[in-house]
Formats: sequence, structure tokens, C-alpha cells
Amino acid sequence: MKRWPLIPLVLFLVLSLLFYRALFQENKTDIPSALINKPLPEFRLSTVLNPGRIVTEKDIQGQVFLLNIWGSWCVACRVEHPYLMELAEQGVTIYGVNYKDGQDDARQWLKRMDDPYVLSVADKEGRLGIDLGVYGAPETFLIDHEGRIRYKHIGVVDERVWREELQPRYRELQKGAG
Amino acid sequence: MNPELGLLALILAFCMALLQGTIPLAGSFIGKLRWMAMARTLAFGQFVFVLLSFMCLVYAFVGDDFSVAYVANNSNTLLPLQYKITATWGGHEGSLLLWILVLTGWTQAVAMFSYRLPHELAARVLSVLGLVSVGFLLFILLTSNPFTRILPFPPLDGNDLNPLLQDFGMIIHPPMLYMGYVGFAVAFAFAIAALLEGKMDTAWARWARPWTTVAWCFLTLGIALGSWWAYYELGWGGWWFWDPVENASLMPWLVGTALMHSLAVTEKRGLFKSWTLLLAIFTFSLSLFGTFLVRSGVLTSVHAFASDPERGLFILVYLVVVVGASLALFAVKAPEVRSRIHFAALSRETFLLLNNILLTIAAATVLLGTLFPLVLDALELGMISVGPPYFNTIFVPLSMLLALCLGIGVLLNWKESLASWLWLQVRWIVAVSVAGGFTFSLLYGDSFLISEALAIGLVLWIVLTIVRDIYNKTRHKTRHKGLWQGMRKLRASYYGMQLAHLGLAVTIIGVAISTGYTVQKDVRMTPGDMARLGDYVFRFDSIERRQGPNYQSDYGTLTVFRDQKQIARLNPEKRLYQVQNMAMTEAAIDPRLTRDLYVALGENLGDGSWAIRLHVKPFVRFIWLGSLFMALGGFIAIADRRYRLRVKKRKPLSDTRTDDAEGVEGMKGMKGMKDVKGVTP
Repeated sequence: MKRWPLIPLVLFLVLSLLFYRALFQENKTDIPSALINKPLPEFRLSTVLNPGRIVTEKDIQGQVFLLNIWGSWCVACRVEHPYLMELAEQGVTIYGVNYKDGQDDARQWLKRMDDPYVLSVADKEGRLGIDLGVYGAPETFLIDHEGRIRYKHIGVVDERVWREELQPRYRELQKGAG
Repeated sequence: MNPELGLLALILAFCMALLQGTIPLAGSFIGKLRWMAMARTLAFGQFVFVLLSFMCLVYAFVGDDFSVAYVANNSNTLLPLQYKITATWGGHEGSLLLWILVLTGWTQAVAMFSYRLPHELAARVLSVLGLVSVGFLLFILLTSNPFTRILPFPPLDGNDLNPLLQDFGMIIHPPMLYMGYVGFAVAFAFAIAALLEGKMDTAWARWARPWTTVAWCFLTLGIALGSWWAYYELGWGGWWFWDPVENASLMPWLVGTALMHSLAVTEKRGLFKSWTLLLAIFTFSLSLFGTFLVRSGVLTSVHAFASDPERGLFILVYLVVVVGASLALFAVKAPEVRSRIHFAALSRETFLLLNNILLTIAAATVLLGTLFPLVLDALELGMISVGPPYFNTIFVPLSMLLALCLGIGVLLNWKESLASWLWLQVRWIVAVSVAGGFTFSLLYGDSFLISEALAIGLVLWIVLTIVRDIYNKTRHKTRHKGLWQGMRKLRASYYGMQLAHLGLAVTIIGVAISTGYTVQKDVRMTPGDMARLGDYVFRFDSIERRQGPNYQSDYGTLTVFRDQKQIARLNPEKRLYQVQNMAMTEAAIDPRLTRDLYVALGENLGDGSWAIRLHVKPFVRFIWLGSLFMALGGFIAIADRRYRLRVKKRKPLSDTRTDDAEGVEGMKGMKGMKDVKGVTP
């Protein structure tokens, strides 16, 4: 019975280990996803702006592009958005997966804040998200011209992330394809 | 020269903190009074130097000194003066300096108001605060120096402050929040001092209590301000996003609330001692943890500062040292402060314990939800996302249980109450609450919502139990002198408590009604168009281009009518901040106590028409009004005479109000009447 005051300490130490791991997780160069080098999962989803149009993974293959998971409910996506616009203006191809979102909200978001995506598919139930191993938004995948996932970034894509993580790989893949 | 002066002042403050963290502590163990007395002088010196340093940074901002990297990154010549000043804490380095300033300010306050404390206790509390300060000063000096120069080629103009932060709410939100976060350091220092001493009595609780309450009040205000800011600045009409950083501020608030209540039990009844100490440690640890989350980039959020693993590692190490050492100390010493006083199952103690359990579960829930991504990832199960649904599913029932316990706990006596007595007290209240809740939900809005019925029922429950309790407390006095006389006899701390509880009821009204009955509509409008929403008609009058100091704006004008009468004119804006090329939505709000009209401007759809989002949000103000009540209640509570007594030594004891016999009566009101001789006529 006299041992109970130890419990908080033990719990805290476990938590600290978790933090330590998380701290270096993001900065590791190898990727925390089992899907790396696997093809994009299959999907058949309508697009956000044109609900009548059905898109599958085949339709968007054949080029190097970024696949960005977003949602209007996601505050961090809002932070990320201006930089995605910048990338789109630079000519980077970005497709969006609108993840677990209300379709009116999503459309409203794209209209109000501008649309950096070639198109966004509406993953209302989050099935594609599960197949992609998404645990939250925003996440960004780098897809090669054969439709394979080559890299995954968790969290906001900003200038540092683009420069250090995504751009080098993006360039390399483009060279390989071209 | 100025930035170098600021840095020098910081280094001096660090040296003083180091001395403050060691010498008085050592003195308290070997009984050297002089060593202990140094704590106050050092605290003062440290405060002055940090203030000086902070002023140097403000000066650099006001004077547009872009040779300082931090200024260049967060300001611009075009930025209005008030935002230049607040830009001081607009980034990581400056906000850390503000944090330290607040910490040394609190330390200085403790030094000033601790003359009645035993020397050892005062010295230890100040030393622990000094040690906390050492860590943060080291952090800023080693990894986040705000005075770093860009030389020899300073930029001609700065990068501008993030437009999201160019706002009144943001001017006061961080200082308030930090006052709260850091204020809990005082409670923490008291807890550590008690553990070091191995002794903790009701006097200790009485000393620690007002500090905790003040910190809690500031944190309440800080969180409310943040939520208010999100509401009008983010342009989506939401007021809480369950964003990791919001959660990081909510967790210390929840545990801090538990701590306040547990301190009440410790002061009045000498119970829950270990638990109180643990909560004090937890509250401050969660504040530190919030800092870690925001500044390490472990989780992404709207608040995230530029993430930097080196900084993250530093805070993590600091966290492990501070929290680990405290919890280890607790593990070794805690059994010594356990108490053996018993209480019945139906007593105020039991319900305060329930309050503590519920609040702790709530905090743990939020913690789990916030860390879920990390945990799942560690277990390689990364496929479940946690969002608002998770938090709402758990948080709403917990809050409802808490409200239920509140009503009973307020009415019950300390030690023991009779179930039959309680039933006599509440049977009408129960009936009225249930009936009232259902009636409200049937009459208000278009459809019956069970969640609204429950919420309003609980609001009635809280309010009526408070009224009943005030009635109970004044009854036997009113027989002779009238209700007013009876009410005057109740203490400030009692009114503070009831006001804060009422605040909770008010917030529940706001949350429930605004969630249940908000109507919104996205419309396409050309100037001259009308749109109807609920009882209101919105007319889009015009839109024009305007030039602000550092932005360009599309400035819309809408007129709102109700029953053919004009009731409001609204000017939503869409701003483009030119330096950062960032678009911002400035929602226009017509606030009333019982409803907000909220208009946000979307994008230009071409041919002169615009997308416009209209909201009518009933009772949304109540959310923040309630928080204001809570904070105000806290401030009133600490104005109570018994706390002032220890500050002003020779205050005459001619007060006519019922005094509290040591450690029995007080904040939790006159409920313990049976325990105090001479109160019952």
C-alpha cells in the first residue's frame, strides 16, 4: 500500500519516453509508414467541387505529385494552406484528399481560401485515410509517376519542410521520370 | 547597444536565479536566517533585470531595430505601434521572455506577501521558484536568444507580424494565459516546500490557496480570451477546436480546478493532503507540458512556433528533471503527510472528491486525445484519428456529471449529512429542473432536443441549489433582521464561490444553446441582394476596396433588418496582408447578450457577386460571460478577510461577520455550521 506514490512517477517516465521518441520521429529521415514504395490504395471517390465526377487512383497517376490530406475542421491545415498555394503557383502538382469533412464546409473552404489542388477527392468516411495510414490532418504524401508512395510527411508543410524533406525527393523523382 | 544590454540583463538575472535557487534552500536546512533572508533580495533583483531585458526588447521593436533577428522576423515598419509592442511576444523567443517575466513577477509577489510565513517555508518556496526560473533562463540563453543580431547586413525591413496575431485579443491573451500557467508554479513551489518539510497542515493550505486561486482566475480569463479570439478572428464561427494547444491550456485548467477544490478540503478538514500535493505538482507539470507541446513541434497546431528539435529536447530534459524530481520526492515523502480523518459517504468531502475524480478524468481524457497520435504511432497502429467527436463524446457527459455533483456538494454539510434531509432540500429543485429543461427544449427552436433539455435542466439545477444554499445560510438570521442582513453576514469567499459556480451554469447555457440552435447559411450575394436567416433579413449594400496601414481590404457593408426595422450595420472584411501575402477574414459581429449576428465575407465570385456566410448564434456570448463570472468569483474569494489577515499584520479584528474557527469554516461557506460553536442560534 505504501508503494502507491510511485505510480505517478512511473507513469510520467513512460510518457517522457514517448515524448522523446516523438521528438525525433518527425526529424528522422526514414518514414513512419508501412506504405512506402507501395502503390496508392485503390479508391473510387467523388471530387469535392464536382460531386458528380468520380475519380479513381488510376486517374491521377502518371506524374510526380503531392497528395495532401486536409479538412476544413483542421486548424493546422489553415496554417498550411498559404504555403500550398505558393507551391501550386510554382507549378507543383498537388492533389487533395478531403478527409472526414462536411462537403459544404469543404467547398466553402476551397472557395474562400483559394484552391491549390488540381482536384480534391471527398473521403467522407475516411476509408481512403485508413488505407493510407493517416492519423490526422494535415499529412502529405509524395507520389511518383508510377503511382507509388515514396514519402510521407506528417504535419504542416512549410518552407523548411519543403526545402529539406520534400523538394529534394520531388526533384529526384521528376528527373527519374523525365 | 540596446540589445546587448538586454542580453546582459538576462545573464545577470540567470546568475541571481541560480543563487536564489540554492542559498536560501541550503539556509533553510542548516538554519541560517541570513541565507534564507537573501531570497527576497534576489527575487527582487531577478525581477528587475528580467523587466529591464524585456523593456530592451520592446524598445528594439518600437524603434524598428531590424538588426535584431527576432525583430526582423516579427515586425515591419508599417505595423501599427500597438502591434509593434505586442509583437514582442508574437514569436517563440519573445513569448518565452514574457513567460520568464511573468514568473519573476510572481516570485516577486510571493516575496512581498510572504512575511507571515515561517522563515523556512518562505525561503524554500522562493528557492523552488528560483530553480524553475533557472531552467527557463538557461533555455532562453542557450537556445532562444531574442537579441541575436543579423550583422553586418541587417534587412531594411522586417517580415511583419503574423496577421492572425494583429488583433486586440492577441494583445492580452498570452499575458493572461502565462499569468495562469506560471501562477501555478507558486502552488507547485508550496507543494515542494511542504514535501521537503515533510509536514503539511491546514495553515499551509490556507497560504497556498489564494495563490492557486489567482493563477486559476488568470488562466480562466486567458483561455476565454483565446476562445473569443478564435471565434471572431478565424472566421468560422467556432469557439473551440480541440486543437492540441488549446488542450494544453485546458488540462492545467481542469487539474487546477480540481486543485482549488481539493485545497478547500485540505484547509477546512485536513483531508486529501497527499492528493492535494500531487495535484499541485500535476497542475504545474501540465503547464510545462503545454510549453513543450507548443515549442517542440511534436504536434502540429495553429499555435505552433517554428519547430526546432534542439529546443524540444531542452524542454523535454527540463520537464523530466522538474517533474521527475518532484514526483520522486513525492514518492519518497508523500506517505508522511497522509491523514486519518474520516467522513461519511454522504458529505461534502465525498462530493468534492467526486469533483476531483471527474475533473482528473476529464484532464486525462484530453491528455489521451492529444497524445493519441503519438501513442498509436509508438504502437505502430497509426490509423485512428482523434477529432472533436472523441472529445465531445467524453467531455459532455463528464461536464454534466460534474454539474450534477456541484449542486449536491454545495448543499451538503462537511463530515456527514442525512439522505432524508438532502431529499427534503432538493425534491422541488429536481422537479423544477426536469420540468424546466423539457419545457425549454419543447418551446425553444423548432424541434425537441434531448441534449438541450438535459443541459438547461442542469443549469436550473445549479442555479436553484445555489439559491437554496444562500436561503439556508440566511434563514435563521432573517427571522429578525431580514434577508439583506443575513446575506451581509456571508463571507466574500462564499459569494466568490457561488459566483464562480453560477459562471459554470452561464457557460453551459452558452455552449448548449449556441451549439443546438445556431443557424447558418452560405449565400451568393450581389450588392442590393437580400437574404433571410431565421427572423433576420440581411441586405448586402456595397463592397469597396480600402487600404489599411499594412493591408488591403475588401470592405463589405450589410444592413440587418428584423420586422422591417433596421437593427444593425455590419462590415465584414477580407484583408490581404501585403508583406506576408496572407489573406485574413475579419468577421463582422453584431453582439447582443442573447444572440450574435455573425457575417463573414467569402471570395469574389466574379460578376460583382460575393460568397457570404451568415450565422445567427443565440446565447454564444454566455460562454465567455460565464468564464468572466468564474474568474471574478475567484478574485472575490481571495479578497476574503482571512487571506488579507496574513498580509496586513495588525488589522483590527472588529469584523462582525462570522469568523471561521481555524480550518473548519470558510470558502466553502457556512455549510459546516454544526461544527462551529456559536453560529447556530
